[in-house]
This record gives sequence, C-alpha cells and structure tokens, in this order.
Amino acid sequence: MSIDLKQYLRPGVTLPFCAGCGDRILLRLILRAIDELKINIDDMLFVSGIGCAAWIPSPNFNADTLHTLHGRAIAFATGAKVFNPKLKTVVISGDGDLADIGGNHLIHAARRNIDLTVLCANNMNYGMTGGQVCSTTPKGVRTPTTPGGNPYHPFDLCKLVNAAGATYVARYSVTQPSVLVESIKKALQIEGFSFIDIISPCPTQYGRQHRLGTPRETLKFFENRCIMKEDAKGLSEEELEEKIVTGEFSDGGN
Amino acid sequence: MCYDHELMAGASKRKLKSALSANSYYFSGDEAIAEGAIAAGCRYYAGYPITPATEIFETITSRFREIGAVSMQMEDEIASICSCIGASWAGAKAMIATSGPGFSLMQEAIGYAVITETPIVLVDVQRTGPSTGQSTRVGSGDIMQARWGTHGAMPIIALSASSVQELYDQTIDAFNFAEKYRVPVFLMAEEATAHLRERVDIPEEIKLFDRKKKAGAAPFGTEESDGVPPMPTFGEGEKLLVTGSTHDAYGIRKTVDSLAQEKLVTRLHSKIMNNREKIIEYEEHYLEDADIAVICYGFTARSSLFAIERLRKEGKKVGMLRLKTLWPFADRAISNVGSRVKKMLVPEMNMGQVVGEIVKYASCEVVPYNQVNGEIIHPHTIIEQLRALL
Ligand SMILES: Cc1ncc(C[n+]2csc(CCOP(=O)(O)OP(=O)(O)O)c2C)c(N)n1
Ligand SMILES: [Mg+2]
Repeated sequence: MSIDLKQYLRPGVTLPFCAGCGDRILLRLILRAIDELKINIDDMLFVSGIGCAAWIPSPNFNADTLHTLHGRAIAFATGAKVFNPKLKTVVISGDGDLADIGGNHLIHAARRNIDLTVLCANNMNYGMTGGQVCSTTPKGVRTPTTPGGNPYHPFDLCKLVNAAGATYVARYSVTQPSVLVESIKKALQIEGFSFIDIISPCPTQYGRQHRLGTPRETLKFFENRCIMKEDAKGLSEEELEEKIVTGEFSDGGN
Repeated sequence: MCYDHELMAGASKRKLKSALSANSYYFSGDEAIAEGAIAAGCRYYAGYPITPATEIFETITSRFREIGAVSMQMEDEIASICSCIGASWAGAKAMIATSGPGFSLMQEAIGYAVITETPIVLVDVQRTGPSTGQSTRVGSGDIMQARWGTHGAMPIIALSASSVQELYDQTIDAFNFAEKYRVPVFLMAEEATAHLRERVDIPEEIKLFDRKKKAGAAPFGTEESDGVPPMPTFGEGEKLLVTGSTHDAYGIRKTVDSLAQEKLVTRLHSKIMNNREKIIEYEEHYLEDADIAVICYGFTARSSLFAIERLRKEGKKVGMLRLKTLWPFADRAISNVGSRVKKMLVPEMNMGQVVGEIVKYASCEVVPYNQVNGEIIHPHTIIEQLRALL
C-alpha cells in the first residue's frame, strides 16, 4: 500500500485477507477514491454486516466504523444517517449479507433513496462460511450446499436495486481498477442511494471449488469475463452467458 | 421519578423543552409512552405497526413533526431496532415499540445492543401468544423472553407499569437507565394499560440523565470490573470501532482471547447486577402484619390491590408487593417478605414466569395463579384465590 493510503489505516492493523482476495484490492480502491476526493475520513461512517467483505472497513479504516449483524448493515446505517445527515455514511459488505439475508433492507433503502453509498463486494458465494451458494452464484455452479450444481438463476443486483429506485447503480470489477475508482467517487458524491455491485473474486473458496487455479489465475478468469456494457451490445444471449456486463446502469442523472 | 439517587445526583434538572406544559392530561397508555419519550429527549423513533403498540408510533410521529424530529417506518422490526442502534451511536436517544411478534424478531439485535453497550428503549406492549395469538387481547407472556430471549443472555433492565401515569414516568426512567448503564431498557407494558385512558399529571420539571462523554477515553472498558464506560458519538473524530464481536476496551475484536471474553461478559453482567439495589423499585401495601402476600406486577396489581383492600375490611391479614422493576429481579425484597409471611400468591397472565424467580428467593409457600384467556385477572378472582389460602 502506498504511503498516502496508509494514513487511512488504523495503526497496528494487519489486513486479514487471503492471498489474491478481491477484497484486499477493493479496500485499497475505496481508500484511493476517498483520497482523490479529499474527503476528511473523520466525517465518514463505515457500516458493515458479517462476512469477509464486512472486514474491509472494520477494524482497518481509521474512522468511525460500525460492524453490525449479518444482513442488517443498511438498517443500522439508515438510523445513523437519518439522525445525523452530516455523517457521510458508506456501507461495505458482502453479496450474501446485502442481497440474501439483508435483501429486504437493500431494496427498501433503495426505494427510500436515502443518501447512503452501498458497496457490495460480490464474490458470488459465502466466503466466510466456506463457499456456500449465494443468490449471486451463477446457475449450475457447484458449492458445498449445491453439490449437484446451483439449480437457480442468480440475482442481477443492479437490475434489482435500479428497479427499487436507487439514484446511482453500477457494476465494476476489482480487475477494472481505474473505472471502479471513478465509480466509487461518483457514488460517494451523489446525493441519494448509490449502489455498486463490485465483482471481488474469492480464490480460496470460489476459485478452489471451481478449479480456477492460483489466485492470479482466478483474478485473470474474472478479468476476462468482465466486459463493458457498450461492448456487450452486439453479443448473443449465449455469448453473454459467459460474460459479466459492467458499467453504469443508473447514472444519477449525470 | 427516577429511583437511582446516585444517578440523579449527576442529572440536570431540566425544564421540559419542546414537551407538554405542566398540567393534567387524559391519555391512553400508548399516548403517555409517546409523551414520556419526548419529555425524556427521545429524538429518533423507528417502528413497524403492530397491535397494541401502534398508537405509540402514530402519536410520537405526529408529535415529532411539531418538534422537528424524525421517525421512520422501517420494513420490519429487525430493521427498526437496528436503525435505533445506529441512531443511538449517532447521538440520539432512540426508542422502538412493538408487541410479541416484533419482540421475537428483535432478539438478535438486542444482544448486539447489549454487547456494544448501546442505550435504547424498547417498549413491548404485551398481548397474548404464542405467535399471533389474540392480537388485541392482554397477556404477560414476554417477561422471560425479555431476560433470556437473546442468545448468550446478559442482564438488561425491564420495568413494569400499572397505570397510565406510570407508563409516562417509567418511559422517562427507561431513558435515564439506558443512558446511565448503556443497556437496552425494556418497558414491559400490557395491552390493558396501553389502551386504558387515565389522567396523567405532567410536572413542571423532570430529571434527565444523558450519557457520559469523555474525549479519548476507552468506550468499551473501565478500570472497575462493573463500570460503565463513557460513550462517544459518531462524527466526533473518535475513530470508533463498534462491533458485536468480543472486543477490548477500544473495540478491537478479540475473537479467540479467553480473558477478553471473560472480562467483557463479567462486566456486562456486573454493571447491572452490582447496581441492582439502585435500579430496583417495588411498592408494598399492607404487608406489616400480613400472613399472605400477593406478589404482582403490571395491570394485575390493580386487581390485587382492590382485592386486598376488600379483604382487609373483613379483617383478613393480606398484603401485596408490586414489582415495578422485573429485571434485575427484586431478589432481596422477595426473600425479605418471604421470611415474614406464611404464603405468597403470584397471579400472572401467563403460565407462570415471575413465580419461578419468587420460588428461588422466598422461603415460604409460593402459590401461582395463572390465567391465559386474554382477559385481565379480575379482583374477584384474586379474592377467591386468597380466600382459598386463608
Ligand atoms: C444470523 C446469522 N446467520 C448466519 C451467520 C453465519 N455467516 C457469517 S458470514 C455468512 C455469509 C457471508 O457471505 P457474504 O455476505 O457474501 O460475505 P463474504 O464472506 O462472501 O465476503 C454467514 C452465513 C451469521 N453470522 N449470522
Ligand atoms: Mg460473498
């Protein structure tokens, strides 16, 4: 980590993530966005649920952090933000946390369009508990709780949150660092509910279970799958099956 | 109004600001709770409508509009209590009211409030159960859930009122206790009192206690093994670490440290239990020469007092002790009365909850009376029960 990003880390912490974990990259990209916007981190509140991704801000960020219950981060954040609108409130949590157990809070917060930034670290599984299926796991994928392959279609979280009424909705991958940082900056600045579905590969669980190879190869696998939505236009449904379409899906009117 | 004299020594006498002027009012219990909350400084409320607590939500929402505070109708009770905890850390005195089904949904978050030492006030207007039960009818079946409902249960404070006036007073007490001890405080109301209309006298001045703050101090630990640390607020540059995992005095997670676990749990327990004499309040009637004592709480105490006064006119030596605090339990008072009387009668609108605590501490014979038909226990029923024991 560069010297200027270290200033945002709580003294004494060692980052807990596995080798090649997308969350480690994401942590750095979030701090880079904050640094580039020159936001005073003391004015910010970071709220997370339970799971690997929830550890991104807590205890690592040297700021106010509220590490809550599984699925409930957005509800906690809503109370803090509504009572003190001056708190720049950012929720950082996993896909299982935000979309499965906390899915109802997610769509209702988007509907209310309260000024929260929600960064969903999407590793397409429950990393912390051993790689079980998530509502974001692609159909057919084998996990410890779907040994015959996931029988269900995954959520398109951007479509979901967009339909629920969020102001800003985007999807980028940690393998697309510069566009992702720009997107986080936008999300932080926009008033209203902003949501980024961030593809954050999990080599330890998802990568190993799918024999994606080394952490580097796992990242490469996702890098190759992610395409910008502009490039997705000419592709057939079959071709798109294999792809993760990234970009802005609601740009907050900008 | 508040029981803890030491607590009040540190409190400021405040003019009622943006609350009702001193006067007599005619309120339902639910309205009185809403007014008590506003008088206590509650400025964040989150809820999800449920009978028989809905009127608290509606009243406080319209009153909040007048004073410029915010209430939120959340998507469920889980979101409601979680948002209250978030608001509390943002500096609010926050309240939530519900009934049995919602109280059940909140149990996980109650444990989070306990371990993070977050002051919140939770009103449970009890109705019959289990499950949906009879939603408009009275019961008292959540007393044990208040104490033991969340996993790894720790002491909390739970109050019980017998009149509309007392619902107003105890709501204020609940906020004072929550701020003083940094615990969730439960007001265990009952449908019968919540929907009753009675006179409420609102005094010129009330005593309020606000959470202690000390910049830079450890927010989750004290030198003493039963202390209450000061509580900072988000946005003050304290770089707070609030977590539901076991943590040290500064909030750093200690997930495999046996000593840290023991130290935290012991303090969470002791900060309430070692102060229980300052928290517990009860009321005695006609106990001086009584042979039989009725031990009661909530609405049932009204019927009990009526029954006792009737029997006293016949010269029967009966008395009663009314618990105004359910948790921590009034163990010493019960053991004291238990050594003076021959028998205790414990009428409850459940299948026997508080009676189990009484049996633990009373040396005399303890007789339960349980009524679970959704009706209040009538005075004549208590008279009958007492006659059988005389
Ligand atoms: C109420 C509750 N149920 C289950 C768990 C166990 N649990 C911890 S993390 C987790 C899943 C986390 O998945 P996700 O949010 O995607 O985070 P990741 O670890 O993948 O980053 C589960 C089920 C819990 N902590 N609380
Ligand atoms: Mg996940």
